[in-house]
Amino acid sequence: MKEKLVLIGNGMAGMRTLEELLKLEPDMYEITVFGAEPYPNYNRILLSPVLAGEKTIDDIILNSREWYSDNNIELHTGSAVCEINRVKHTVKTEAGDEFKYDRLLIATGSNPFIIPVPGHDLDGVIGFRDIADVDAMIQSSKDHKKAIVIGGGLLGLEAANGLMIQGMDVTVVHLLDSLMERQLDAPASDLLKTSLIEKGLNFLMEAQTTEIIGDQRVEKVKFADGSELDADLVVMAVGILPNIELAKKAGLHCERGLVVSDTMQSFDPRIYAVGECVQHRGNTYGLVAPLFEQAKVCANHLATLGYGRYEGSVTSTKLKVTGIDLFSAGNFSGDEDTEDIIFQDPKAGIYKRLVLRDNKLEGAVLYGDTVDGAWFFQLMREATDISDIRQQLLFGQAHLGNSGHGGGNVAMAMSDNAQVCDCNGITKGEIVVAITSKGLFTLDDVKAHTKAAASCGSCAGLVEQLLESTLGGDYTTPECKPVCKCTDFTHDQVRAAIRDHKLTSMQMVFDYMEWRNPDGCHVCRPALNYYLISSWPEDAVDDPQSRFINERAHGNIQKDGTFSVIPRIWGGKTTPDELRAIADAAEKFDAGEVHITGGQRINLLGIKKEKLPEMWDFLGDRGLVSGHAYGKALRTVKTCVGSTWCRFGTQDSTQMGIDLERLSWGSWMPHKFKMAVSGCPRNCAEATIKDFGVVAIESGWELHIGGNGGVKVRATDMLCRVTTAEEVEEYAAAFIQVYREEARYLERTAPWLGRVGLSYVKERILDDEAGRKALHKRFLVSQEIAQNDPWKARAKGEYAHEFTPLKSLGV
Amino acid sequence: MNAVVSESNDWLEVGKIEDIPKLGSRVVKRTEGDIAIFRNSDNEVFALLNRCPHRGGPLAEGIVYGKTVTCPMHNWCLGLHNGEAVAPDEGCTPTYPIKIEGEKVFLSLQQQNDCEAETE
Ligand code: SRM
Ligand SMILES: Cc1cc2nc3c(=O)[nH]c(=O)nc-3n(C[C@H](O)[C@H](O)[C@H](O)COP(=O)(O)OP(=O)(O)OC[C@H]3O[C@@H](n4cnc5c(N)ncnc54)[C@H](O)[C@@H]3O)c2cc1C
Ligand code: SF4
Ligand code: FES
Repeated sequence: MKEKLVLIGNGMAGMRTLEELLKLEPDMYEITVFGAEPYPNYNRILLSPVLAGEKTIDDIILNSREWYSDNNIELHTGSAVCEINRVKHTVKTEAGDEFKYDRLLIATGSNPFIIPVPGHDLDGVIGFRDIADVDAMIQSSKDHKKAIVIGGGLLGLEAANGLMIQGMDVTVVHLLDSLMERQLDAPASDLLKTSLIEKGLNFLMEAQTTEIIGDQRVEKVKFADGSELDADLVVMAVGILPNIELAKKAGLHCERGLVVSDTMQSFDPRIYAVGECVQHRGNTYGLVAPLFEQAKVCANHLATLGYGRYEGSVTSTKLKVTGIDLFSAGNFSGDEDTEDIIFQDPKAGIYKRLVLRDNKLEGAVLYGDTVDGAWFFQLMREATDISDIRQQLLFGQAHLGNSGHGGGNVAMAMSDNAQVCDCNGITKGEIVVAITSKGLFTLDDVKAHTKAAASCGSCAGLVEQLLESTLGGDYTTPECKPVCKCTDFTHDQVRAAIRDHKLTSMQMVFDYMEWRNPDGCHVCRPALNYYLISSWPEDAVDDPQSRFINERAHGNIQKDGTFSVIPRIWGGKTTPDELRAIADAAEKFDAGEVHITGGQRINLLGIKKEKLPEMWDFLGDRGLVSGHAYGKALRTVKTCVGSTWCRFGTQDSTQMGIDLERLSWGSWMPHKFKMAVSGCPRNCAEATIKDFGVVAIESGWELHIGGNGGVKVRATDMLCRVTTAEEVEEYAAAFIQVYREEARYLERTAPWLGRVGLSYVKERILDDEAGRKALHKRFLVSQEIAQNDPWKARAKGEYAHEFTPLKSLGV
Repeated sequence: MNAVVSESNDWLEVGKIEDIPKLGSRVVKRTEGDIAIFRNSDNEVFALLNRCPHRGGPLAEGIVYGKTVTCPMHNWCLGLHNGEAVAPDEGCTPTYPIKIEGEKVFLSLQQQNDCEAETE
């Protein structure tokens, strides 16, 4: 007999908790939900656009009634719970019906604070909280003219904007001298006020409401200084109060909110609580993002997994007023031991303020240009040390290098039919519609439902902006993203467990870390396989079934299912014999196309899978080996002709390239790894956009790291200068090994370096000589196992089943 | 193990269960389009048309887990037992009955589900 779970509060936090719970334990409980409102769960955040006439109620429903029944959840709408009996474990509805619970979840949200001035109960005086309020406002806008919004915060301004769009003449009354003082500092708030006035709103600042006058319906509002304003609608948006009467009556310990522990439990262990009604470590929250984090943790405990902990949240805000571009996060006002970085261009209406504490970003206010809001927010949550990027920080994540989406960076400024994702051809309009109609909150949701940002990912920043401007906040769950849906552990945690507990097989990882799916999935298995073989080269066995087809078949699969064959051309230097062999192979195995690659090699395309081993045998006999053009592995080492021929050449760059490729070929990496060696600073081999680049100089060699062409161009950082070829190899090997040991799977050196910082890598490789030599040594050890030509092995019949059909029916 | 299949099926022996790698797949070649034969970790065997409903990717090359295969081209996930794309993706690919007798794997060419394969 299943336990009974009862949810009081059919709103965003409570329902999110149930969704998270169902993901973990689809049928552990018999679930009943009570909601005071007559609707299924809807996206409260989007009430503002509904008021502004940009969306309808149907647009913002998150869980349809079908959803509840499909998930066997008993839903009671328009039915408020008025009593909790903690002895009998029952709840009583206003209709008088009683229901039993084994576990109870309270998510009653909050109520708008209505200032108790005389006349506050007249008709036409309302809050801004639910669909009923919005209906009332839209109704008034039809047959009344003058509206007063009391409160110049997020909510008040969105209400005022909506009413104005509905055709009312709106005055915002604010107690203090600056708007949104809880999110903005004075300069930003002035810019905001100016542009809202331009839009047509009126403001009455530093005004304290003392009385609301009228007999049936409101007619006037009176202020402390005796002045009065006409009004036939008054919206009170001065703040919210956690809705805790019910909990108090039940004798649960409450302060400002219903007090919960890090496991989202109240003082009664059977009773959990999430959302705006709770108080956690002294804080109450009024934004969705932290509530969703609470929901995740609460679900984890309802599912009796028991390891989730909620430790509080940093929040970010965005005003959802079309045409106004504003972002605020964390502690933006700072104190005596924080520093500010400020950019101000009043004429262009741009203001940016970053608050730093010991080289970590602690708060941000952006006005007019919020492109980098998501990035700053991430830096804050991950507490990244920004000393290395301090100079550029304010100018953001220089998206300049991005290919695709025409370099467009300001999502708000794009038209609805502008293409955001150029890989899959998804427009801004399609994404926004998906966000609202499908109730999406995170980048991953959007990827899954629209495929935007799901391919090369260069438009992820834009999509995050669209999420923020549509939902008014950042919903991507913080730094510690789990590897995949099979686990709640992060890449770093998994990697550490594999190292510290000597896990040497995938099954050991699954067992030790309690993987949810017995076989894992296509996301975690390739990652785990890499972590295993890179951590325990001598003990872990490579698992072909956990590799992407390209790495399993040692060629790049093409759209038509044929494969491409790219032999290694050491350091880009070849011979007539090699070329002849390649030409012969191209004819013998009828390559559909012969293509000089961007990596100084030759690509034979359109080869049938069955033919591969035979072709490799043919090439192998002529001294050619796999170029690993398909692998998360060492790819190419490009070189220029260098001092052997070039009149400017200072060193033999070609030989250096060949040596580096001999050193590192065959090594598996977190992502593909490319090198280049140029013979002089003219840099014809483009060494400064490679993962490891070498530029020859008169006095020796200059070593560069973390470069990237492709989706997002990043020029290398200069690591150091060395004099001998031996040093170049030692430093290269050491760098590769740190990257192999510490970067997350599918994280290329550029983003990895961005994350850990150049100083860190310098510490490991320059300052710590013993460490460097140890890294070098570890790399050579793993190379002893890794350096055997996969083509040769398969040509000799290894994994033959991979390349032969099981049976052929008359073909 | 697979859904009941009518007697009229003429079963083709396609090979032994060991011939198919665990969590892997082998292909049966056909002029009318190849069929991918999958084997999962519970030694269940499934047959799907080797063509992804998205853009025709070769499913046999995908990564297999549980009763799912992920297409190598753009990561659509398909149910091995029913040929249906896993939400939010929408589409399906034809499935075929499989019969296991001892070591031997038999395939029937009479489509099992009611999916109309998009022919590009
Ligand atoms: C063959 C080649 C294009 C060509 O004909 O020149 C190529 C082909 C592919 N590239 Fe590339 N890239 C090729 C050179 C490059 C270069 C130029 C270079 O290496 O100097 C770049 C930019 C430099 C860089 O990587 O920093 C490049 C940046 C990419 C990217 C973006 C990587 C990034 O970090 O932004 C991808 C996508 C990915 O890897 O996720 C990619 C992915 C691909 C894939 C593997 C897409 C795929 O998964 O099928 C293509 C495989 C086609 C095939 O079957 O051959 N290819 N690719 C080049 C092979 C070089 C070689 O000899 O091995
Ligand atoms: C107009 C507006 C705009 C907003 N904009 C943003 C934004 O841009 N970004 C952002 O992050 N947040 C925004 N918010 C805040 C966000 O909507 C709330 O933080 C969030 O909805 C709180 O979720 P909750 O589940 O705690 O409360 P709610 O979503 O309010 O759910 C509580 C539910 O419980 C019901 N209930 C209460 N008592 C009982 C009872 N005794 N019995 C049965 N049911 C009961 C209530 O009727 C309500 O439906 C906005 C809010 C509003 C009103
Ligand atoms: S080869 Fe590279 S650039 Fe060309 S289409 Fe494929 S991934 Fe895109
Ligand atoms: S072809 Fe299968 S996912 Fe695109």
